[in-house]
Amino acid sequence: MTKIDSKIPEGPLAEKWTHYKEHQKLVNPANKRKLDIIVVGTGLAGGAAAASLGEMGFNVKVFCIQDSPRRAHSIAAQGGINAAKNYPNDGDTVYRLFYDTVKGGDYRGREANTYRLAEVSNNIIDQCVAQGVPFAREYGGTLANRSFGGAQVSRTFYARGQTGQQLLLGAYGALSKEIKKGSVKLFTRREMVDLVVMKDGRARGIIVRNLFTGEIERHSAHAVLIASGGYGNLFYLSTNAMTSNGSAAWRAYKRGAYFANPCYVQIHPTCIPVHGDYQSKLTLMSESLRNDGRIWVPKKKEDAERIRKKEIRPRDIPEEDRDYYLERRYPAFGNLVPRDVASRAAKERCDAGYGVGTGLAVFLDFKDAINRLGKDVIKARYGNLFDMYERITDDNPYETPMMIYPAIHYTMGGLWVDYELQSSIPGLFVGGEANFSDHGANRLGASALMQGLSDGYFVLPYTMQNYLADQITVDRITTDTEEFDEAEKAVQERIDKLLSINGTETVDSIHKRLGRIMWDHAGMARNKKGLEEGIKMIQELRKEFWSNVKVPGTKDGINIELEKALRLADFLELGELLARDALHREESAGGHFREEHQTPEGEAKRNDKDFMYVAAWEYAGDDKEPVLNKEPLVYENIEVKTRNYKTA
Amino acid sequence: MDLKLKIWRQASPTDKGQFVDYDVHNISTDASFLEMIDILNDELIEKGERPVAFDHDCREGICGMCSLYINGHPHGPEAATTTCQLHMRKFKDGETVVIEPWRAKPFPVIKDLIVDRSAFDEIIQSGGYISVTTGGVPDGNSIPINKEHADLAMDAAACIGCGACVAACKNASAMLFVSAKVSQFALLPQGKIEAHDRVKAMVAKMDELGFGNCTNTYACEAECPKEISVANIARMNREFIKAKLG
Repeated sequence: MTKIDSKIPEGPLAEKWTHYKEHQKLVNPANKRKLDIIVVGTGLAGGAAAASLGEMGFNVKVFCIQDSPRRAHSIAAQGGINAAKNYPNDGDTVYRLFYDTVKGGDYRGREANTYRLAEVSNNIIDQCVAQGVPFAREYGGTLANRSFGGAQVSRTFYARGQTGQQLLLGAYGALSKEIKKGSVKLFTRREMVDLVVMKDGRARGIIVRNLFTGEIERHSAHAVLIASGGYGNLFYLSTNAMTSNGSAAWRAYKRGAYFANPCYVQIHPTCIPVHGDYQSKLTLMSESLRNDGRIWVPKKKEDAERIRKKEIRPRDIPEEDRDYYLERRYPAFGNLVPRDVASRAAKERCDAGYGVGTGLAVFLDFKDAINRLGKDVIKARYGNLFDMYERITDDNPYETPMMIYPAIHYTMGGLWVDYELQSSIPGLFVGGEANFSDHGANRLGASALMQGLSDGYFVLPYTMQNYLADQITVDRITTDTEEFDEAEKAVQERIDKLLSINGTETVDSIHKRLGRIMWDHAGMARNKKGLEEGIKMIQELRKEFWSNVKVPGTKDGINIELEKALRLADFLELGELLARDALHREESAGGHFREEHQTPEGEAKRNDKDFMYVAAWEYAGDDKEPVLNKEPLVYENIEVKTRNYKTA
Repeated sequence: MDLKLKIWRQASPTDKGQFVDYDVHNISTDASFLEMIDILNDELIEKGERPVAFDHDCREGICGMCSLYINGHPHGPEAATTTCQLHMRKFKDGETVVIEPWRAKPFPVIKDLIVDRSAFDEIIQSGGYISVTTGGVPDGNSIPINKEHADLAMDAAACIGCGACVAACKNASAMLFVSAKVSQFALLPQGKIEAHDRVKAMVAKMDELGFGNCTNTYACEAECPKEISVANIARMNREFIKAKLG
């Protein structure tokens, strides 16, 4: 008997959310003023939730790690946001968006959550337009759409190559409005370092470190929302921002929140390849480029080798000697197959010796699109991306194909939440990339923005109210309790310990080694032996970190090395859980590819009989193995099939 | 390549601060400017010295967190490029590179190269938004918008709030930043309803926070990493006059 209750409402799929809203508990305006909510993170999920909850009349305290809420990493999303508007009249419906998302996620997501996501997608577009988000328009003045991977309709709304920026600035505007009104109080340059859970098991506060003063602060509330993003930086090199980290989620895990499907990590196929040891991050080239770009490698190994040696240029290879391998393998979806499929196909070609550049790169070529549409059209569509590519690589993509390779981009795994986006700790809610909920084992392009804003604007404000309705008789929470004392003391001890080690290895050097272990042993292709070795290596590296890391400076004032050390300490634990999850999941599904489980053509092979469940890991102590709780996945509205992108 | 660096070091907001010289060696021309500082910081940490504090985050030129006044230019010598997207191939071997924080009274230095830009948030809070609440809004396509206006609004909305315009201006004026937000909304039908109140509130807040006046040198436009046009300043001035008269 599982301990897990996903709280999916009764009734037909299309009516569940309406039914929930019709029957949920409400809080009257006078009581809302007496209830406090903490929101950690100001990206799309956190920013939108904080603004909406403030508008409703709750007292909100919102925390961000940067100097301004406008800088959260949602801002870097390029391509677009999906919605089932069917404005292009190409046959889209809410059901089809739901279906594509579940299929894209390789049937490892929860039906009811994903349906709700598709259902509210249209509200998001309306909301953002009303906020003044300058979406791309057709000449007639209506909203423009383009296509993204895993879909045969054009349902992606966009604002040039800066959709995330514009949506985030919309949420930031809404948040700023509430800050001015006084319903939301903003705390910048604060990092959550622990969650405070009371004896009755409810989350009632957080401990944060003030990154300017170094002070450890206590903040209390009736409910806590974590919207702190994903843990992709565990791999050191990723497309995430430098401060993106997994600590808020990890600390919640160590206080009792289940961590779900940590092994589902998205590796994005179109990133600028790694070029040096000193490199600090990888840069994404938007998936939207696959609308017009064609991916290829040379057909002949000797051509690939001559390109790598720079003896010939890509344009010297005649058309008949090019292998457009995605179009060859997946005729129905071609260059627009989902990300996991495109990434694995690139790795397969490079491993077989056909890679270009350093050997770990493939071409993304706009020659045909430029010939067909003209340079001006391509420039209007992707100009900023082409400029960015040229700044980084010194190559001009109008003249020569881009070189790309897969990189860590997004984490589908995250804190386990029920239908209400509440974790296994009552009063702790989780939104956006930080939760596991809507994308199964692989997220489709332009769905992260959709989920962040869906959670923030249209789900959490309802479900958190439902929880808070039972809290109206609870007075303001004091921070003067044993639980706050204990949590603050634990943080202080962790910091003192890190500063006292005074070893020889810098934080970054250990982080780079962790990233290497993760990429080699738990990256794009995984196997039992490699994962077992990886787990041992992580354990050894963790020991080395706690005995030999060098963290200079003091705990007072700005100490960036200390910040990084605290995050890395958590990554060194989270990495092991990720590898354990990958090891236990004896199947391939979405972003999780086990070499032992593939078809003769090299496609992922699921094991629905034994693994059609969410793996929700429960912390049992530092020296104990985590407990695996299983939430069975039931598909009542979709026929579970092997994913097929070869034929329509 | 090898470089001589002169970097502004300042321990705290009250510290006087000074330039300190550093040498870095064997830097790849493919490294980014911030990766070059990462390398310097690694060396400083290994030597037991205090690493240089600087702001940065996305390293993709979009979050607006990075700053740095490099050889007399906000975000360095390359046009339309943030510091994080600046690469070492734009420098010469053996060159001396001077690195300072933004210098402007409303952006006080916190430590080394980090300044406090919360004044920009205060300006936005004063009215840099459309006052809709969540839910109850019309269908997206019920508000048709002329493509030309939508594109101009997008041009203005591309501002990343980094503050280079203020750092570039001899008067520390925030006109380019404020006008970009005012323009974005003034160009869109959704934003017209509050246009008058918005421009008055934002200009008043900008003045109150100590940002200077615009004397039309256009240094802001020249240094803006997102090429925000000074045409927005002209548009804001028109909006402001209309608001005052209206």
